[in-house]
Amino acid sequence: MKPEAGTHLPEEQQQQMRRATKLEWISIGYAACTITLVALVVGNSQAMRTAWVEDMLSVLPQAAFLTAGIYVRKSRRPSHPYGYHRTMSAGHLVAGVALLAIGALLAYEAISALVKVEHPTIGTMNLFGYTIWQGWLMIAIMTMLAIPAVILGHLKIKTAKPLNNKLLYADASMAKADWQTNVASIVGVGGIAFGLWWLDGVAALVISVGIVQDGWKNTRSATVDLLDRRATSYNGKDPHPLIPELEAQLQSFGWIRDCGIRARELGQVLHVEAFIVPIAVDLTMSQIHEVQAALHETDWKAYDVVVTPVLELPDFFSQPREVMN
Amino acid sequence: MDPEGTLDSVRNNTLRIGLSPNDSLVEIKGSSYQGSEVQLAKDFAQSLGAKAEFIVGGEESLVKKLEEDQVDLVVGGISSKTPWSKKVGMTRPYTQIMDEKGKKEKLVLLVPPGENAFLGELEYFLDQTQEMP
Repeated sequence: MKPEAGTHLPEEQQQQMRRATKLEWISIGYAACTITLVALVVGNSQAMRTAWVEDMLSVLPQAAFLTAGIYVRKSRRPSHPYGYHRTMSAGHLVAGVALLAIGALLAYEAISALVKVEHPTIGTMNLFGYTIWQGWLMIAIMTMLAIPAVILGHLKIKTAKPLNNKLLYADASMAKADWQTNVASIVGVGGIAFGLWWLDGVAALVISVGIVQDGWKNTRSATVDLLDRRATSYNGKDPHPLIPELEAQLQSFGWIRDCGIRARELGQVLHVEAFIVPIAVDLTMSQIHEVQAALHETDWKAYDVVVTPVLELPDFFSQPREVMN
Repeated sequence: MDPEGTLDSVRNNTLRIGLSPNDSLVEIKGSSYQGSEVQLAKDFAQSLGAKAEFIVGGEESLVKKLEEDQVDLVVGGISSKTPWSKKVGMTRPYTQIMDEKGKKEKLVLLVPPGENAFLGELEYFLDQTQEMP
């Protein structure tokens, strides 16, 4: 096997990686502005506080991506023979757990405020000599901030796909859905304006449930990747499209009778094991090498390719049989 | 709008003011109430066309009355750092005084929790009549 295999991304992916890094830095800068602006008006609205914490949490996957981005570039070495690609999955897991825990805490706060019938108090601000209800400022700021995150999300999804990066993808989908948080907080504060104090708590609950869902999705997806589940596409269910492609590649060799691909995810690349059953038993080194090279060249994501000739395919390629006693 | 309609029920009616005794701000001499915050509360009542009704008590009992909708406003040299702000509503600081130790202290008034129209009306009144620190 070539020692340099896959340690460097192809030109297009390198470009996308730079672009993604830039977008993530912009996202963090934008989040810093959002957090500061919202801090000025956050007041006593539970919905606003929840939205504010969500803004802070949104930085987590971005920070995880940027941190992992430093590591995945590193070449593999004897102590890390698979390279550092899994730092993406580790970052993904950390971000997911944080979202899950804080989302649950915020949901609890929202419910307890509703149960205790806490009426949120929102006063006025003196802006250039005018007495203005803070709620209107909250609504104005939340309206203003609803759009840019969505645009950033769309741009990030465009880079996440060619990079095969689930952490980036998850971050981008969260950003795309960010406007819903803003709408919910506007509804909550709007409710307070009309004396409907409970609408604030309900909006806070809606936002925190959204955070919990994001947390659950991220935690689950990162965990199953770390459990070496079969590599999947973005939806986390279908086999990764590269698997059938590699199988087809194997089948094109006339001397292979039966074959199977086992692939797991190492961050944005795959660790691929090809099991081949030759028609004749006198397999040569050059034949194996040919297969290895063909698989490796199929796609940059086929980062680490191991070819194992076997007499019979391992059990796990067929559906598990019911074990009786 | 107020969930409990405080502003509507006070306007052209009665403003129930809780007085917590405090040196020069709220002086209680028998049945006469004096001091700058007493005057402030009276002026606010007047601006709403309401007559002022006073209820004297300690801070804690007055805060309870605010929560139970038995008074509409509590005055008595309450600092902007008051822990009561967790339970009831609080205005923006309307002025600044020196406490015994010579430290600056910002003064606020307490209102029922979540009665935002009433709070807004009071803060507007303070903006118009007081010099903010």
